[in-house]
Amino acid sequence: MTNSWTDIQNTDLVVIMGGNAAEAHPCGFKWVTEAKANRGAKLIVVDPRFTRSASVADFYAPIRQGTDIAFLLGVIKYCIDNDKVQWDYVKAFTNASYLVKDGFSYSDGLFVGYDESKRDYNRSEWDYQIGPDGYALVDETLQNPRCVWNLLKQHVAQYTPEMVERICGTPKDKFLKVAQMISETSSPQKAMTSMYALGWTQHSKGSQNIRSMAMLQLILGNIGIRGGGMNALRGHSNIQGLTDVGLMSNLIPGYLTIPTEREVDFQTYMGSRGFKPLRPNQMSYWQNYGKFFVSFQKAMWGSAATKDNNWAFEYLPKLDVPAYDMLRAFELMHEGKMNGYVCQGFNPLQSMPNKAKLIRGLSKLKYLITMDPLETETSRFWEKHGEINDVDPKSIQTEVIQLPTTCFAEDEGALVNSGRWLQWHWPGATPPGEAKHDTWIMAQIHLRLKALYAKEGGAFPDPIANLHWPYKDQGEPHPVEIAKELNGYVLETVYDPADPTKVVLEKGKQVAGFGVLRDDGTTACGCWIYSGCYTEAGNMMARRDNTDRDNTGAHPNWAFSWPANRRILYNRASADLDGKAWDPSRKLIEWDGTRWSGYDVPDIAPTAKPREVGPFIMNPEGVSRLFTRGMMREGPFPVHYEPFEAPIANVIAPKIRGNPVARVFKNDMTQFGDATEFPYAATSYRLTEHFHFWTKHVWVNAVLQPEFFVEISEELAREKSIQPGGWVRVWSKRGSIKAKAVVTKRIRPLICDGKPVHVVGIPLHWGFTGAAKEGFGPNALTPFVGDANIETPEFKAFLVNIEPTTPPAVA
Amino acid sequence: MNMELSRRAFLRSAGAGVAGTAIGAFGFGGIEAAHASSIRAFKLTTMVETRNTCPYCSVACGIITYSKGDLRKGEKAELVHIEGDVDHPTNRGTLCPKGAALLDFAKAETRLKYPMIRKPGSDKFERVSWDQALDRIARLMKDDRDQNFVAKNNDGVTVNRWTTTGFLAASATTNETAFVTYKVVRSAGMLVFDNQARV
Repeated sequence: MTNSWTDIQNTDLVVIMGGNAAEAHPCGFKWVTEAKANRGAKLIVVDPRFTRSASVADFYAPIRQGTDIAFLLGVIKYCIDNDKVQWDYVKAFTNASYLVKDGFSYSDGLFVGYDESKRDYNRSEWDYQIGPDGYALVDETLQNPRCVWNLLKQHVAQYTPEMVERICGTPKDKFLKVAQMISETSSPQKAMTSMYALGWTQHSKGSQNIRSMAMLQLILGNIGIRGGGMNALRGHSNIQGLTDVGLMSNLIPGYLTIPTEREVDFQTYMGSRGFKPLRPNQMSYWQNYGKFFVSFQKAMWGSAATKDNNWAFEYLPKLDVPAYDMLRAFELMHEGKMNGYVCQGFNPLQSMPNKAKLIRGLSKLKYLITMDPLETETSRFWEKHGEINDVDPKSIQTEVIQLPTTCFAEDEGALVNSGRWLQWHWPGATPPGEAKHDTWIMAQIHLRLKALYAKEGGAFPDPIANLHWPYKDQGEPHPVEIAKELNGYVLETVYDPADPTKVVLEKGKQVAGFGVLRDDGTTACGCWIYSGCYTEAGNMMARRDNTDRDNTGAHPNWAFSWPANRRILYNRASADLDGKAWDPSRKLIEWDGTRWSGYDVPDIAPTAKPREVGPFIMNPEGVSRLFTRGMMREGPFPVHYEPFEAPIANVIAPKIRGNPVARVFKNDMTQFGDATEFPYAATSYRLTEHFHFWTKHVWVNAVLQPEFFVEISEELAREKSIQPGGWVRVWSKRGSIKAKAVVTKRIRPLICDGKPVHVVGIPLHWGFTGAAKEGFGPNALTPFVGDANIETPEFKAFLVNIEPTTPPAVA
Repeated sequence: MNMELSRRAFLRSAGAGVAGTAIGAFGFGGIEAAHASSIRAFKLTTMVETRNTCPYCSVACGIITYSKGDLRKGEKAELVHIEGDVDHPTNRGTLCPKGAALLDFAKAETRLKYPMIRKPGSDKFERVSWDQALDRIARLMKDDRDQNFVAKNNDGVTVNRWTTTGFLAASATTNETAFVTYKVVRSAGMLVFDNQARV
């Protein structure tokens, strides 16, 4: 989230599209209710299902899953055509005026540079024209036909209301009503918030779904303001934290990146991370990359990371592919190229696509280790459970080691909520049996590996042997010790660069913020964006002062919000060109002639003059991007692409299947089904009574929603002679499941490109462990393909067939 | 943490206050104190309150756990009750159907209690000690790493990677677990590393 849960109270219009907050984030949704009750805010819900969010909406519009880009580009076109643009914001705070290279072009669903055999682009033309001074060329009058604004206008021209209806199945009048309501927030006195979740991310073009809304929000001037923003409602309680701390194949904590093998040495690695400003005076904050990187290496390897060995650059593994994401991991397993896998609090057999492929992959492993507070289907993938897990244990040679871990009630530490608040919690219960903290288990594995290498030698033991391990109890690092590492500390007394006699911080002290970090080895910091969370003043994450001056929703002394305790990102953009709030009733920070100050920590240097320094300080432009250069794989503007399995051909580019640059492994292409064989558009979803695969272990929740089902319309039930509550078989190209049918009015057929499309909803909470009844869940059916940029699987749009059937055999 | 004490004190006095006010209204002011002292305090006032966060979604509602026994005094602590934290700015004491049933999550019958091993071809898990499990894990990992570690690629570039064992991390664990996990996984040269951000 750019903003916070409590900030939603400040909005005038909530758009829930790609999410279902009333059911999936009920206690966060209360802030929508507050905004509606106290300021007359309106709620729009756009969803294939009439969800409980929709049931309390002021306006609901249906949409076919996987067509959000067409809808949103249609709204952008509406705003441009009707002059509903916050012009001062767009001209000053976006790259609308930047000139794009003459070689850049788009036609028939593809941008210039496409190579079909590689399923990739040469993106060299997707960039700005650069002047002799090294800065991007701009035309502030927006007259130049090559400026971003004019290219955008041209790009969205084909997404007319008629085209939106044809692609999305949203009746034209409903689309126009939504577009009109959204467009009104182009007023500087109106704010709109976007609340989205996995309904946008779980598509082969998920990142571009989100970009489309971000572009719309920029055009309306809704980013950086109270009640505005792009608000990703994250799933798990600490998925934000795990991402911040970089637990992904290609990340280093704080959104730094693991080197690729093309970056042959430290100098080459740093050479591509210079982040030189693209316009005069801009902060381009990533210019500090080296300080964050060296401080990270010092946190990892302490005194073994020296200037002479390039801060232990060679201790980091180098990537040969863009990422070893989960889909690639299971592909490698399936090909027999992996031997071991560790699942820490993760149940991939239930949560990843194409279950048959997952079982084959796991069966080829030599060893599987699971760490979890609860039984998981993954740790028992070798166990036969009737039709639901139809395996032969004897034929599976994988050794499985299952380790019991503690849960929330028994451990201590910080979780990062959607709004980037790091909230510390304390243990209140003794773990059951011999369950152990994850920190203890990881320490034990490390210490044993280290001892084995010391005894036996082996492949490059240095990074293991020299891992900085400063904990009082080597075998069980305390959360406080680790939090202090994440925050950062100084290894040598640090002096002010402007005045070398002035001590900034004495040796051994905790840094107060990332501004202190250096690239000379005198500072260490596990995760630079968390700097300030555990300072000399103590544990900022443990703060529980809920005061909120003037009820802005900021709660600045409650826990700690990264970065720098900032509650609303890009908050400089809440003020106009001269630094006065666009809307005085929504003041966040203002310029008083010498400094920025207000309700929030300024997202800009405190003395950076308005009209000189732009509000988007992380970007070398200093402004936000409507045109994203070569930074996203499928193009600098979003394009409507159908899901890989779609009930109709892509209306704007009939020859293109799915996202033209999404990675598809060889054998998976043949596992996509067509509408002739699989005519119904399926989507997975969640229920308010359940959380993923955990709450089926919880007696109360198992009672509330005991049994797996699929949800279909009355029309489809009639067509297929399916009785409400009767058993159905649902199958895709990859698998088959059985479930009871829930026949509802919440799903209605849509008319897309002149043809009726039936939607089949499949909730995901069941399996074969826990207190609830055994059930299949959707992932025996879902396709093994991910988003082209970040590989989130396409769970939300795939094709199935359906027929009445008899109950499944159980174990 | 101080707020916990004040909340408990508040509960106690609130219990007595309600009774006193009602009796006072009927004109029995003289026996008010005696009567109030005879009323049993709320059961929860004898419990240890601890501030926690709901482990489910990212709203991160504040919760208060009530346990019998105090971990901070080195005692065994048994969870008795969990409720929403009324002082929390986001949830203001409310919980959803999932959060309201959290006690049954912490005390689920299917909580794991002991390390287990399932041998190749077997149809059951067998209990082992932590030492057996961890020694076995270290052995398996080291052997795989030693056999498959790639120090240099075909172009002679140092790459120091290990891709035949992978690690999936949990996004309901704390930042602190995450960082220790990061240190252990990366220092081993692992690249097949991911979390639940995508699902």
